[in-house]
Amino acid sequence: MAATTERIPHVIPSSSAYHENKLVSWLSVVDHKRIAQLYLLAGLLFFLTGGVEAFIMRLQLAHPNGHVVSAVLFNQLFTMHGTTMIFLAIMPMLIGFVNAVLPLQIGARDVAYPRLNALSFWLFLAGGLLLNSSWFLGGAPNAGWFNYVPISNPPYSPGLGVDFYDIGLQIAGIGTLMTGINFLVTLVNLRAPGMRLMRLPMFTWTVLVTMVLILFAFPPLTVTLFLQTFERLFGAQFFSVAAGGNPLLWSNMFWIFGHPEVYILILPAFGIISEVVPVFSRKPLFGYTSMVLATLAIGFLSFMVWVHHMFTLGYGPFVNSIFALTSMMIAIPTGVKVFNWLATMWGGQIRFTTSMLWAIGFLFCFVLGGMSGVMLAIAPADLQYNNSYFVVAHFHYVLIGGTLFALFAGIYYWFPKMTGRMLSERLGKWNFWLTLIGFNITFFPMHFLGLMGMPRRIYTYAPGNGFTFWNEVSTFGVFILAAGVLLFVVNLFTSLQRGEKAVADPWDGRSLEWSISSPAPAYNFAKIPLVRGADPFWLEKMHGNGRMLPAPGQEHHHGPPNTVHMPRPTMIPLIIAAALLILGYGFIYHALVVEILGFLVLVVGLHRSMFTPDPGEYVPIEEEPAEEVGADG
Amino acid sequence: MGRKRWKKMARWAPAAAVAMLALSGCGFLQGRQSVLDPAGPVAQGQLGLIESSFWIMIEIFIVVSAVLVVALIRFRARPGQTELPPQVHGDNRLEFLWTIVPALLLALLAVGTVKQSFADAGSPLVPHSMLVQVTGHQFWWAFTYPSLGVVTANELHVPVGQKIELALTSADVLHSFWVPRLAGKTDLVPGKINYIWFQADKPGLYYGQCAEFCGTGHADMRLIVDAQTPAKFNQWVATMSHPVSTPTTALAKEGEKLFGTIGCSTCHTVGGTTFAGAVGPSLTDLTGRLMIASNTYPNTPKNLYNWVHDAPSMKPGVLMPSFSYLKAPQVKALVAFLESLK
Ligand code: HEC
Ligand SMILES: [Cu+2]
Repeated sequence: MAATTERIPHVIPSSSAYHENKLVSWLSVVDHKRIAQLYLLAGLLFFLTGGVEAFIMRLQLAHPNGHVVSAVLFNQLFTMHGTTMIFLAIMPMLIGFVNAVLPLQIGARDVAYPRLNALSFWLFLAGGLLLNSSWFLGGAPNAGWFNYVPISNPPYSPGLGVDFYDIGLQIAGIGTLMTGINFLVTLVNLRAPGMRLMRLPMFTWTVLVTMVLILFAFPPLTVTLFLQTFERLFGAQFFSVAAGGNPLLWSNMFWIFGHPEVYILILPAFGIISEVVPVFSRKPLFGYTSMVLATLAIGFLSFMVWVHHMFTLGYGPFVNSIFALTSMMIAIPTGVKVFNWLATMWGGQIRFTTSMLWAIGFLFCFVLGGMSGVMLAIAPADLQYNNSYFVVAHFHYVLIGGTLFALFAGIYYWFPKMTGRMLSERLGKWNFWLTLIGFNITFFPMHFLGLMGMPRRIYTYAPGNGFTFWNEVSTFGVFILAAGVLLFVVNLFTSLQRGEKAVADPWDGRSLEWSISSPAPAYNFAKIPLVRGADPFWLEKMHGNGRMLPAPGQEHHHGPPNTVHMPRPTMIPLIIAAALLILGYGFIYHALVVEILGFLVLVVGLHRSMFTPDPGEYVPIEEEPAEEVGADG
Repeated sequence: MGRKRWKKMARWAPAAAVAMLALSGCGFLQGRQSVLDPAGPVAQGQLGLIESSFWIMIEIFIVVSAVLVVALIRFRARPGQTELPPQVHGDNRLEFLWTIVPALLLALLAVGTVKQSFADAGSPLVPHSMLVQVTGHQFWWAFTYPSLGVVTANELHVPVGQKIELALTSADVLHSFWVPRLAGKTDLVPGKINYIWFQADKPGLYYGQCAEFCGTGHADMRLIVDAQTPAKFNQWVATMSHPVSTPTTALAKEGEKLFGTIGCSTCHTVGGTTFAGAVGPSLTDLTGRLMIASNTYPNTPKNLYNWVHDAPSMKPGVLMPSFSYLKAPQVKALVAFLESLK
């Protein structure tokens, strides 16, 4: 823990260039804000990959007996589309926002374990690359994103695809688990003085609960992936009926992870909406306490409902009834949130910025997704919906209309703080309307298709079933949706280059991140701020002089004056992640030499990580620009 | 108070009417696999729950959207506003209200849910029912009628007006039995038997398909339930119990010989012969079947020819090998034999 005395931390010349070499500086990154950018960029790339997969599937399904792709390829496409979107796109982008925003919102200079944070990112990337490399190495996994056994077991999936799934998700999953631990510790230990739990911004609250969910939900996934890895690589028999195993073990373990997982994907989205709506309504969040309680209730209940994914598995009316009731219960706290957002807008002064438009789009679409969710919870009715396009419609309404729209709201909102530039509002509005319209045209008809009896995961369908018309509509919508998303990519890259320069507080914000310059300096806060109430920055703008007061007694390092002690960049996390990547390929190909190599690199990496203390660096404090803060937007 | 409520309900009537039309009118969500066109008590009960929950949800959705739209219009920022809006932090009474009202609505739905769950359950031996054992295979269905001694595949014959109890299991991976107009789906799980029941009220063909991803041929694992009048059903049982499979023409006789020598018989059973393979579907009374390849292609001589010649090219992933090495006359002979199975 303590730095050995012979290593003397040095003062580095400038906060913006830890290293001369740009590549090295990114590979050895430990700053949460830059890690956030890596997460968002990698997440976006995976999102586009998953989008292309979806696009091809929609082309195939546009007509009955379609011939765009083969059945074999189609099955790989839907497996990889789901896996990619959930594990490699949406979740990493959310974690990107958590990284970008959370330390700022609680008045911290970084996360509790910056190196671990970097390791989380590299592990996610390693897992994602490994999984996607299967496309070029004999075929992607093809048993669906929940990879049920027996279909995913050797006799029925003899190729390597499922091994890539097991090991890729294992590596990425370890990274996510570390993120959970890291942010929990950060939230417990690094809150600025005065930032009591009941003063946390709502986004931070939802992240707190999300991280608890990660902590408890990912271990079942880890375990069940290990069970299958042992079954596939070493001939174990956990799931085989013939050997006294049980295939439903996988289904249960997977959904014990999988249901909290969907709340891991939606809770931070709730948090983003809870930040955006008050700021653009110029009112505090309505019912803060009930929002916190609702978040806790949702988090708790999310572990009580997993069987609702398996109502058709034949657990009987008693079990199904219990899980139907717990599932319906989730609608109550979720409803509280929706009504509180509406009440926040009510009586406010609503500014229709692009960010706010996304939040409004979220409200419409997420409420629709929530409604179909309640319908799905009704077990006997679910026997009709289950595994049909009705379910596909439902979860795209909550994952796109919910989470993705919230991510868009968040990026338009926090982009200035993350990059120092504004995203174009004009392109943003096009981005919003095209995506909203395209999304609804694509996914609303899927409710109809489900009710007309179309199961999911079919590569084609018979002309006589009457599915054709709505499938055509849906495929038509996808073109509009794709145009909307591509406009975002255009907006992103043009604004990064030529976007309007952002002021510190462009939206008249309420939380701490808006009290520091845009982009945030490397050390975030030159002086750790004193938090005197909820919405601390707003409070200072209303009742103080518009600047945060420094918290007393916080700076006790013995370095040069006007510097801040920050962690030093290191490539150790990258090395450890690379080791696991090598090990992963070694296991998949049963290549002993590669396994040994990976293991050696891992030992070296861990040894370096454990026995090289971080002496840190002293980063000079930049001159604060003497701009007006708290100006009306 | 009662009148007030009616007035309030009446206000939603136009919207409800539109939605009602959208849901069931114009036949635009109808179809041979439509959940919205039930043909038996189980599917009917499930549709009842779907509809009641739909209406409750629609009402909530209309309330939420109306509040949202009004808020967006009334409380939009106007140029020149300098004063802050009132900084309201919450209201306990309102927050309590929108916790308790949804809870009550859900309680309503919960009652129906539990009731219907128990009503649908086919615990072993639903009274006065006929039992059929269903076994899922990649990618076809086997049906056994233990009380009648009949075994068939892919086309489930049942008498109308009688409760049919299914005992579902799987020979390999998970599958799911789904005929939407008769009942919601239930999975076929290896090593486990799931019981469900249904009843068809009117004679007719009811279509469905496998609803749990089961591999490459999943999309082509389709289902037909042929609900027949009791008289017709008994006739079918009689046919199945005394299958005719003595080929008469020379060609068909040659086909029968080939069937035994080139390996068909290691996979297929043909009632009334010594062919007793158990890997593929029983071909007893094949001519009585409407479709082949688990209801993917019409049962015509041409399709049978192509199927026997090269099944994998017609149905990806199929576990019947290609016989494309056979010469055309040989395939013709096999088809002639298949065409003689009555
Ligand atoms: C390795 C086992 C195997 C062999 C050998 C085999 N079949 Fe098949 N057969 C199957 C399977 C499995 C199916 C079900 C295919 C499906 O629908 O997925 C099938 C289906 C059929 C069907 C369609 C039945 C229906 O109702 O859908 C016919 C007809 C048929 N086989 C005829 C033949 C003939 C003739 C031969 C010999 C030339 C033959 N089979 C050889 C396994 C076999
Ligand atoms: Cu199947």
